[in-house]
Amino acid sequence: MFFEIFENVFSKNGVITAFLFVGIILWFSYFLSDKLTNGRFHGSAIAIILGLILAYLGGVYTGGSKGLADISIFSGLAILGGSMFRDFAIVATAYGLDTKELKKAGAAGVLSLFVGVILSFVIGASVAIVYGYTDPVSITTIGAGAVTFIVGPVTGTALGASSEVMALSIATGIIKSILVMISTPIFAPYVGLNNPRSALIYGGLMGTNSGVAAGLAATDPKLVPYGAMTATFYTGLGCLMVPTILFLLVNTL
Amino acid sequence: MVIYGVALLAFSFLSGIVLGDLLGSLLGIDANLGGVGIAMLILIFLSNYLKINLNLSKVSERGITFWSAIYVPIVVAMAAKQNVLAAVDGGMIAILGGSLAVLISFLMIPVISKIGKK
Repeated sequence: MFFEIFENVFSKNGVITAFLFVGIILWFSYFLSDKLTNGRFHGSAIAIILGLILAYLGGVYTGGSKGLADISIFSGLAILGGSMFRDFAIVATAYGLDTKELKKAGAAGVLSLFVGVILSFVIGASVAIVYGYTDPVSITTIGAGAVTFIVGPVTGTALGASSEVMALSIATGIIKSILVMISTPIFAPYVGLNNPRSALIYGGLMGTNSGVAAGLAATDPKLVPYGAMTATFYTGLGCLMVPTILFLLVNTL
Repeated sequence: MVIYGVALLAFSFLSGIVLGDLLGSLLGIDANLGGVGIAMLILIFLSNYLKINLNLSKVSERGITFWSAIYVPIVVAMAAKQNVLAAVDGGMIAILGGSLAVLISFLMIPVISKIGKK
């Protein structure tokens, strides 16, 4: 009975439970960061990795698609970590942003968006070809998945791809997003990702909103608004270019 | 009052998303085009304007900075609700496609950084 009351209260007050849960994870992660790495590896980076591991375990346990949030007492994580709160908080990080930096790097940001979409698409499409796909619809849909896991299904639906190819395309996009989350703090020092200008370019090249959001949070939260600013145009640009220009290109080749 | 800051943030957020959706549908795509980015620009513009002309107080400001500070915890919650299982089950095409896209994009950061600096 005691256990039932617990479960009931926790699931009914999902978002509040999520606040407590995330607080504990962050506390534990900063503790590990301090004790094991002397603070060199960011606590927030550890927390994001722990979150992903728990999401995997949640997926294995429930077979659902929302990671840990499919377990009823953790259902609030889907709301707290959903796009509404995430985007609201991202907009808030723009408060006090240096507009001079934005103007200076604006052109490079736009360039990075086009390079980012085309580059990811070409890589995804090439991998599909190497693995034996020959029809333009499947190649384009898998390439679209390498852009983001939203561009993938939008493209696949527009072109009428098979559901198997759609699933593959979405999986490619999720892999990309998760890798961006984990690898950003590791690569950042080597590619000069430590100033507003390179953060703008990074956002345009990677483009996956969740990946960029978590990657910069784990690297340097001060850079979040700059990367998020360009990344927010990426999925839209991908949905615009992939099923049209890039599909025609694949079709003629 | 704190709510003034939160309301200003909410106003910027909603206006940006509406404009992003509008932009998307004008171009005939089923996606939001830059809504969050537009919202950020609106917030920057409005808060600068209000600070000078209406004296946005320190307390009102806290209604915005709180959400900015709660950003990392939200991202951790987001990580915990990802469909990691589907990603791992995607097989070699998904793993190769995704990881090569990330790796090569990282390599492009210094390249584009240099181009723009001239």
